[in-house]
Amino acid sequence: MSTVAPGSTTPRAEPAKRAIAVRLDGLRKVYGDVVAVDGIDLEVMTGEFFSFLGPSGSGKTTTLRMIAGFEPPTAGRVELSGRDVSRMPPYERDVNTVFQDYALFPHMDVAQNVGYGLMIAGVPSSDRRDRVAEALRMVQLEGYEHRRPGQLSGGQRQRVALARAIINRPTVLLLDEPLGALDLKLRQQMQLELKQIQGRVGITFIYVTHDQDEALTMSDRLAVFDRGRIEQVGTPAEVYERPRNSFVAGFVGISNVIAGEAARSVMGRAGVYSVRPEKIHLADPVRPPADDELAVDGRIAEVAYLGPETRYIVALDVGGELVVVEQNLATSSTEALAAQGRAVRLIWKRQHSRPLTDEVEWAPAGGSDGP
Amino acid sequence: MNALYARPRSVASLLMAAPLTWLVVVYLGSLALLLVSAFWTYSAATDTIDTTPSLVNFGEIIASSTFRTIALRTMGMAALVTLTTAIIAFPIAYYMARVASHRVRGLLVVAILLPLWASYVVKVYAWRIILSEQGILNWSLEPLGVSGPGYGDVALWLVFTYLWLPYMILPIYAGLERIPTGLLEASSDLGARGRQTFRRIILPLAFPAVVAGSIFTFSLTLGDYIAPSLITSTQFLGNVIFSQLGAAGDLPLAAALGTIPVVLMIIYLLAARRLGAFEAL
Repeated sequence: MSTVAPGSTTPRAEPAKRAIAVRLDGLRKVYGDVVAVDGIDLEVMTGEFFSFLGPSGSGKTTTLRMIAGFEPPTAGRVELSGRDVSRMPPYERDVNTVFQDYALFPHMDVAQNVGYGLMIAGVPSSDRRDRVAEALRMVQLEGYEHRRPGQLSGGQRQRVALARAIINRPTVLLLDEPLGALDLKLRQQMQLELKQIQGRVGITFIYVTHDQDEALTMSDRLAVFDRGRIEQVGTPAEVYERPRNSFVAGFVGISNVIAGEAARSVMGRAGVYSVRPEKIHLADPVRPPADDELAVDGRIAEVAYLGPETRYIVALDVGGELVVVEQNLATSSTEALAAQGRAVRLIWKRQHSRPLTDEVEWAPAGGSDGP
Repeated sequence: MNALYARPRSVASLLMAAPLTWLVVVYLGSLALLLVSAFWTYSAATDTIDTTPSLVNFGEIIASSTFRTIALRTMGMAALVTLTTAIIAFPIAYYMARVASHRVRGLLVVAILLPLWASYVVKVYAWRIILSEQGILNWSLEPLGVSGPGYGDVALWLVFTYLWLPYMILPIYAGLERIPTGLLEASSDLGARGRQTFRRIILPLAFPAVVAGSIFTFSLTLGDYIAPSLITSTQFLGNVIFSQLGAAGDLPLAAALGTIPVVLMIIYLLAARRLGAFEAL
């Protein structure tokens, strides 16, 4: 989506800095004595597919609703394309929303639902018909113009909701767990379609989800929410490979957190570290680690055979446990399951265990460890 | 009970037998009798009833301009009362369903239901006193240099509107409360201001509830005879039927007149069903 600014003299100039579509500045929302959103600063670039990822109650939907204008912020600002819209009602904001329960108008047919925004904007009916047809083609619902929402399946309603929002060509499209009510197969298909549609229309998408796979698959960047705050912002690869703290490490993918005695033993110093299960190799207990590798000994406590891969839970000799995931490239299920109880050495590259910046919740014994 | 467990339909039939018998015998049976006796004839000279079926009563009703006028006046009153209650009830129901706090809403429901506990005749008499020459209405209007409607059709319209208002508020309130907030947010999100959302979303979705309420207000007005006899000197269908029964003793003619509101209500209910009012009840 990024383009070189026209008239740029240097042939290998850096891509022109993209405009900011949405800027949140110290955004807060308090209900009574419950802080739903606790000071959020964020910039979402034009044309980006940006996800808000977090568990339920983490403030991601409330943040989305403040961008849409359904909830006035308690403090802070919402800017759309550089303009402060914090005090504007939803109908004056150039954003549209795809609701979790779709919120289709039951007394209107599909064409009337999709054309609603254009009708309100006073677009003449012939133009409206063309654009409704075009929008329905985009979501593959041609010929459904005169069906009522009650006559559609969940997946079809979802498409109507998307067409109804996108037809208005908003600056930003907000999607509030739009695939939450669909079954897994349809969900995966819609993920791909949504991403394709976003690429085609070039509208900024802000996508709320609690599903980390969905966020990693679809997003250009994502923000991980927890208890009303953003814990980390980055590309899926950054967030996955370099989680900032144990919450992010735990929420985005399975992650091992090494702390306390285990950290001192393995890393040689106190702290909190993460290592992804697929980065760890099961090795023979006598194999010495290379210079750039770390090792820890343990015993396989549990084996779960998952088809393409096997998950081992290894109890460490120094206390604690680590999860290891290995591809079943040459291992049969019998071999994998027979590994239970075996003594192993876990080896991984030093670069794959990353320090987490948690406020230390456990007191390091003695406190004499140097950095 | 094992044999019945395997036949859930038999259980339902057994349970429903008594209430269904009641409904069929008492309600539909008397309605059928009414219809049958409408085809009998009464002879004032001999004070006897001839049960050979004839259309004499219906012929008399159609030929009589008095009966036609009364039927039209009654329908007009029912329609006017329905319209007025709908106009007054909608804002109250809207406030209750979508604006008021939980507490205020509860208080309003009680305030609307409370008058229904008072005897209907007492309320009509109360209105007689309010509307009388030295009544509170004239007294309070006097400083403004106007006087109240006195007794008559305008006063009757006021009294009916007062009496049936709760029956209009409650269905509309229920209908408005059922509209998901998400639909109003979606409308606003798509650019509609409050007024447009009201016209395009709230009103069409609440309309079946208004029709449901109108079934009550229309039929209650159509069949009432006490309020007209106490408030106005003009005749309504109810009064005429009553006087045919009492003073004239012409039961078959009264029955024939009684079929008019029944037929009107059947037509009204068929129209209401088309407008989705039964889903809104």
